[in-house]
Amino acid sequence: MTTKTAPAPAAAPPARSRRFSINLRQSGIYVAFALIVVLFAVLTDGALLQPQNISNIIVQNSYVLILAIGMILVIIGGHIDLSVGSTVALTGAICAVLTVQWGLPWPVAVLLTLLSGALIGAAQGYWIAYFGIPAFIVTLAGMLVFRALTLTTLGNQGIGPFPDEIRSLANGFTGGYLGNIGLGPLGGADLVSLLAGLAFVVGFALSQWRKRAARLGYGQVVEPMPVFVLKIVGVGVVVMAVVVQLARFRNLPWVLVLLAALALGYSLMAGNSVFGRHIYSIGGNLQAATLSGVKVKAVTFWVFVNMGALAALAGVIFAGRLNQAGPTAGMSFELDAIAAAFIGGAAVQGGVGKVVGAITGGLIMGVINNGMSLIGAPSERVMLVKGLVLLAAVAYDVWTKRRA
Amino acid sequence: MSDDILVMRGITKRFAGVTALHEVSLTVRRGEIHAICGENGAGKSTLMKVLSGVHPHGTYDGDILFEGEPCAFDGIRDSERRGIVIIHQELALCGQLSVAENLFLGNERSRRGFIDWNRTNHEAQALLDRVGLRENPTTPVNDLGVGKQQLVEIAKALSKEVSLLILDEPTAALNDDDSQHLLDLLDGLRDEGITSVIISHKLGEVTRIADTVTVLRDGKTIETLPAKGLSEERIISGMVGRDLEHRFPPRTPDIGEEVLRIEDWTVHSPAQPDRVVVDNATLTLRRGEIVGLAGLMGAGRTELAMSVFGRSYGVGISGRVVKNGQEIDTRTVRGAIRHGLAYVSEDRKKYGLNLIEGVQRNVSAAALDKLANRGWVNENEEYTVAERFRKSMGIRTAAVSTPTGTLSGGNQQKVVLAKWMFTDPDVLILDEPTRGIDVGAKYEIYSIINDLAAQGRAVLVISSELPELLGLCDRVYALSEGRITGEVSREEATQERLMQFMTRGQSS
Repeated sequence: MTTKTAPAPAAAPPARSRRFSINLRQSGIYVAFALIVVLFAVLTDGALLQPQNISNIIVQNSYVLILAIGMILVIIGGHIDLSVGSTVALTGAICAVLTVQWGLPWPVAVLLTLLSGALIGAAQGYWIAYFGIPAFIVTLAGMLVFRALTLTTLGNQGIGPFPDEIRSLANGFTGGYLGNIGLGPLGGADLVSLLAGLAFVVGFALSQWRKRAARLGYGQVVEPMPVFVLKIVGVGVVVMAVVVQLARFRNLPWVLVLLAALALGYSLMAGNSVFGRHIYSIGGNLQAATLSGVKVKAVTFWVFVNMGALAALAGVIFAGRLNQAGPTAGMSFELDAIAAAFIGGAAVQGGVGKVVGAITGGLIMGVINNGMSLIGAPSERVMLVKGLVLLAAVAYDVWTKRRA
Repeated sequence: MSDDILVMRGITKRFAGVTALHEVSLTVRRGEIHAICGENGAGKSTLMKVLSGVHPHGTYDGDILFEGEPCAFDGIRDSERRGIVIIHQELALCGQLSVAENLFLGNERSRRGFIDWNRTNHEAQALLDRVGLRENPTTPVNDLGVGKQQLVEIAKALSKEVSLLILDEPTAALNDDDSQHLLDLLDGLRDEGITSVIISHKLGEVTRIADTVTVLRDGKTIETLPAKGLSEERIISGMVGRDLEHRFPPRTPDIGEEVLRIEDWTVHSPAQPDRVVVDNATLTLRRGEIVGLAGLMGAGRTELAMSVFGRSYGVGISGRVVKNGQEIDTRTVRGAIRHGLAYVSEDRKKYGLNLIEGVQRNVSAAALDKLANRGWVNENEEYTVAERFRKSMGIRTAAVSTPTGTLSGGNQQKVVLAKWMFTDPDVLILDEPTRGIDVGAKYEIYSIINDLAAQGRAVLVISSELPELLGLCDRVYALSEGRITGEVSREEATQERLMQFMTRGQSS
C-alpha cells in the first residue's frame, strides 16, 4: 500500500450534536396556537372555553379541517387545489339528489358521493399528473366547472332536508350509553365520552412509549425523559380538558370522532407509508424522485383522487349541517384550507408539512373566527386578522429557515 | 500609482460562530491573472464575496485597498461602480431574454425611461465582437450553449468598464474547446490591461494561464507563488497541506465475465426528433470492471446513460440492453433499478438529492420498498441503514436528519452514491462523479468506486477530465457526435489518443 501520503478517507467524526434539540420551526405552531387560545380565553372572560363553545368550534370547522388534511398532502406534493370549495358544493348537491330526490338509503348515498368526489379528483389529477398542466390552472378551471355543475344540478335552489343519520354525522353527538358521572363542582359528565378520551390518551402514551423504546433500541437520539413525560402529560391534559368540557355539554360530536380517526390515519400514512414518503420526495425534488424510480405521475394522480374524496366527505358534512345543499355552499373553503396548511408549516415549494400541523393551522383560524365573534368584532376585522396571521406564519417559517 | 491594483489585508469573516476567513491577505498586481486555489470550503468564494460587497462592509474585519484607496462596499453595485465585477459559478442570465437584453440588464441603454433598441443592439454587437462570440445580439440566451453563455457573462462585465474581473470556476461546466477559448480570451483581456482573479479547481489551467497563484486552506492564506514553473503537485500540496503523490487509490482489478451489453443503441433528441443524439452505440461492461466514457460536451454521454436508465432522456430510442445474456426491459426507471442498474447523475443537486431532507431519507429514496412491510416504512431500520452508510463512507454530517443541502459537495456526492449502493446494483453508471468536488474528497470518491468494482459490480464512469478516466478506468470508450469512435485499454490509453477519438467523426 502506498496510501501513507494520500489524504486518508477519514472516518466521519462522531456526530456533533448527539443531544436532542427542539425544532423551533415545527413546534412554533403549537406554541402559537396555545397563545392564541389563552389570549381569546382572557379576552372573552372564559367564554371561549365553555363546553358549548368548544363543541361549536369543532363542529363549525370540521369541514375545513377535513379539507386541510387533503390539502396538506397536495401542497407537500408541490401542488395546489383551488377547486375544493366547488367540489364541496357539487358533492353536497349530489348527496342531496341521491337521498332526497332518489330516496337511496343513506350509507349507499354517502358512499356514492365519496366515489363521485374521487372521480372529480381523478379528472383533475389526470390533467395535472399525466397531461402536465400546472395544478393551479387545472383546479382554477375545476373551481368554475364544478360550481357550474352544482348550479345545474340544483336548478338554482336548495335541496333538503337530509336524512337524520347524515344530519347527526354533521351535527349530532354520541349517545350517553353508560349514563353520567359526577365530577364534583363541574357537575355531571357523560361516562362514555370520558372513557373514550381516556382511552385515546392512554393509547397515545403507549404508542409514543413504544416508539421511543424502539428508537432507543436502534441507538437513536430521543428526547430526554423529562421532555417526553412533559409532552405526554401536556397532550393528555389538553385532550382530557376538551373531552371533559364536551362530556359536560352533549357528549362527543360525531364529527370529532371522525376527525380524530382521519387525523390519526392520515398522519400515519404521510409519515410512515411508502406512498406518503413518495409524496414528500416528489415535493422535495421532482427530478430526483423520478430518477429514483418513484412513480411520480401515479402518486400525484392519487393525491388528487384523495383530495376529491375528502372534499366530498366535507361536502356531505357541510350539507348535513345546514340540512340543505345550496348553490353557494363551500364558497372560499379552498382558501381556508390552503391557509390552514400554510399556517400549519407547509412550504410553498412543497416537500414539507404535517397533517397535525395543517389541523392546528385550521384550528388557529377557527379559534380566531370564534373568539373575535364572541367579543363582537365585525367580520371585516376578522378577515384582516386572519390575513395577517397567515402572513406572519409564513414569514416566521421563512425566517427560521434563513437562520438555519 | 502603485503596481498593486488590489490589496486585502487581515480579512476575517465569521458566520454564526464559524470563522470562514481568518486574517486572510491577498495582493493582486495590476494586469496579471491571479489564481486562487483551495479545497471546497477553504474560503475562496467567501473572500470574493467580501471583495465584491456581497458581504457588505462592517460584516467582516480587515481592510480592502483598491487602486490604493480604502474601500467600504455596501453591495455589489458599489463594487461594480469601482470596476470590480464578479462572475459566479452559476451563471446569472435570464434565459428567455436576448443576449443584448442580458448584457445591459440593470444598466439599460435608455432614453427618457424607454429602451433605445438601436443603441442596445449596436453596443451589444461591439461587446460580442470583443469576446469573440459570433452570435446575433437578439438571440435568446437559452439558445446558446454553456460555453457561449459564459462569454456573454464576460461581455456583460466588459460593458461595465471592468478593471478587475473575478471569475468563480469559469470553466467548470465547459468542455475543453470552450475552456480553451475562454482562457485565450482572458489572455487577451490581460493585454488590454484588465486584471483577472480566477478561482479554479482545474490546476492544469491554473498553471497554464495564471501569473500568480494564491493558495487558501481552512480560511487562511497559505502561500502566494509565481505561477511560472509551478507544478500541479506543488499547488496540491499547498491546498491539502500534505504531499499528494497518488491522486488515485491503488487497485488490483479483478475482472470477470460480461454483465451488461448495450447494443445498437440509438436515441433522438426530444426537441428535434429528427436529430440523432446517440448513434448505434454498442458497449459492454464486465463484472468488477471500471469502464470510462469519454467525450466532449454534446457528444451524447449523458444522453446515452439516461436513455438506457428508464428512458429518462430522448425519443425514438432503439437498441437492446442485455444483462447476463438476456435482454432486459429498462423502459421505466423502476424496471432499470429492478434489473440492477443505477445511475448517478452529473447534477447531484438537481437530479440526485432531496436537499431539504437528511441523509436518512435520501439514502432510502431509491429502495424504500426494501425497508417497508406491506407499504409501511420501518424508520428505525432506515435510520440504521443511514448510519451504516454514514460511517462506512465517511459522510460528514451533524446527524442523518440534517438536510443534505447544508453538506459540502463531496459529502453530497457520497449520499447519492450511498442511495444507489443501497439498491444493491450490478451496474453503476456514474456521470461526472467528482464534478465540483475538492481534491481530498475526490480521492475518497475514487476509493468508493474501486470498492464497488472490487465487490464484483460493473462501473461506467462518464467524465470530462481525461486524467481521471486514465487514472481510474480499466477501459475507456470514446464518444463523438453520438458514435462510439474508439475503445482503448488502460495500457494503451493516453490523453492524446483519447482526444483523437473524441474529436473524430466531424470529417468522416
